Amino acid sequence: MQYKSQAVAKPYFIAAIALFIGQIVFGAILGLQYVVGDFLFPEIPFNVARMVHTNLLIIWLLFGFMGAAYYMVPEETETELYSPKLAIILFWVFLAASVLTIIGYLAVPYATLAEMTGNDLLPTMGREFLEQPTITKIGIVIVCLGLLFNISMTALKGRKTAIIMVMILGLWGLALFFLFAFYNPVNLVLDKYFWWWVVHMWVEGVWELILGSILAFVLIKMTGVDREIIEKWLYVIIAMALISGIIGTGHHYFWIGTPDYWQWWGSIFSAIEPIPFFMMVIFAFNMVNKRKRDHPNKAAMLWAIGTPVMAFLGAGVWGFMHTLAPVNYFTHGSQITAAHGHMAFYGAYVMVVLAIISYAMPILRGRAAANSRKSQVVEMWSFWLMTVSMVFITLFLTGAGILQVWLQRISEAPMGFMVVQDKIAIFYWMREVAGIIFLLGLILYVISFFVGGEEETIS
Amino acid sequence: MREKFTKSMARNIFYGGTVFFFLVFIGLTFDTVSVLPERDNRHNITEQVALGKKVWEVNNCVGCHTLLGEGAYFAPELGNVYKRFGHSKDAIIAFIKSRPVEGIKGRRSMPQFNLSDKELDAIAEFLKYASEIDTANWPPNIEG
Repeated sequence: MQYKSQAVAKPYFIAAIALFIGQIVFGAILGLQYVVGDFLFPEIPFNVARMVHTNLLIIWLLFGFMGAAYYMVPEETETELYSPKLAIILFWVFLAASVLTIIGYLAVPYATLAEMTGNDLLPTMGREFLEQPTITKIGIVIVCLGLLFNISMTALKGRKTAIIMVMILGLWGLALFFLFAFYNPVNLVLDKYFWWWVVHMWVEGVWELILGSILAFVLIKMTGVDREIIEKWLYVIIAMALISGIIGTGHHYFWIGTPDYWQWWGSIFSAIEPIPFFMMVIFAFNMVNKRKRDHPNKAAMLWAIGTPVMAFLGAGVWGFMHTLAPVNYFTHGSQITAAHGHMAFYGAYVMVVLAIISYAMPILRGRAAANSRKSQVVEMWSFWLMTVSMVFITLFLTGAGILQVWLQRISEAPMGFMVVQDKIAIFYWMREVAGIIFLLGLILYVISFFVGGEEETIS
Repeated sequence: MREKFTKSMARNIFYGGTVFFFLVFIGLTFDTVSVLPERDNRHNITEQVALGKKVWEVNNCVGCHTLLGEGAYFAPELGNVYKRFGHSKDAIIAFIKSRPVEGIKGRRSMPQFNLSDKELDAIAEFLKYASEIDTANWPPNIEG
């Protein structure tokens, strides 16, 4: 570790992994509820389990991004963090808020939670992914602002690299667009319109800046390729991401009461969205080919290479599949959407956080550069188990989605929603099996942290 | 990438492109907001619809259902449920009211939310309002 204050990243990464486990356990519960409808009913109904699943994902990715920021900022700016103490305080605040919120979801009915937390004062709850009580949302804003203050102050006194500027810009964007979570008009169309300013602007906008900067950082460290080259790529990729992604928001404005012209704007711009992901693949492989050193952390390299590939498949290809308005007319809100969501989140954001954890954690734990060979082998097994099972989850959901769309929306004798769900149950069973394998992969991932042996050193 | 294409050029494309397309997006948003009154059925938003939306939110209905195609895919689309149930608020109310507390053995079941008559009427009114939003003919058919 080059800078002492980088150590604050460690609790963030540990919390991220712990919450990741919770997310996947609830994913497995949800998958089973799809086929065994009364599983855990009425104690944990589907909507509660889903809320836990998606909220844990968001929270642990945020922990990962924050950890990444705290790890990267001192090294990039070549100065100690402005206030390591603030970073640790914010960690505990964020963890407490997260855990209390999840306990709230599970312990009391959602309506009771809304009442307890004073949702009537400023109603923001009950919208997809923004289910958190208003007080938790305020907590998220405070934690983000504290983080931004801390890293911005650090950057101000230190070296300003492109990587860190992009990271800070991404985090500022994350905080600013989250403010739309507090806007909840009665008018459903307006509500939905600006709800996407949080959700889409995050995952197909500012989060891509964070993703790009983390990936660029890891690639510089691992390959030793000249910073000028990597940062140039970074700018080109994020330029394409935002040029396509901002107006690409329009692909959510086809059928929610917004004007018909969004079918053109949304289709055209979101059709460009796969390009930055494809460039990211080319970029990563190019940098690895041009590497000036063989970094001993092979596992981190695997995650770093896997990220763009899976992001391109999940966000790029699976996104494009149903993004054109004439296609989306039939696929909107079906299992195809679910298939895309799973692989895109895994490929883009889960993997990049695991990449930085894989790179940074050995160093944070006092190793020169990498874990032992044995530990890395276990971690690489977990990479393949999770990644391949996610491919199958996506394929099975896609199969379910195609059948669903056909039976319910296209065939000459359209069937009702629940009738169709019964007919495609076999796909849900296969998805659940793949999900369990994912969980096993995750358990193996955690085990890899506890595998000892002699550490690999730079050759 | 050739040497002629420098990092600062790439940076300028990023900042310039982002600002330009964000401004276009803002422009489109202004236009959208100004023409929405023709499509979003706002003249039918009443006190009751507002209460209905609140009931919809605080019971996390979107955790299982979709509404205009957005939400979870575990239970039927509700943007057009008013029409699917024969333009009947009573049918919607009766359905929500009659959900068994312990669920249905082996099958998916909607929880019993114990809503008051006022809340039941409000949620039905909200779903009626939602069904009258101009969604460019989505969903493709009545099944949602």
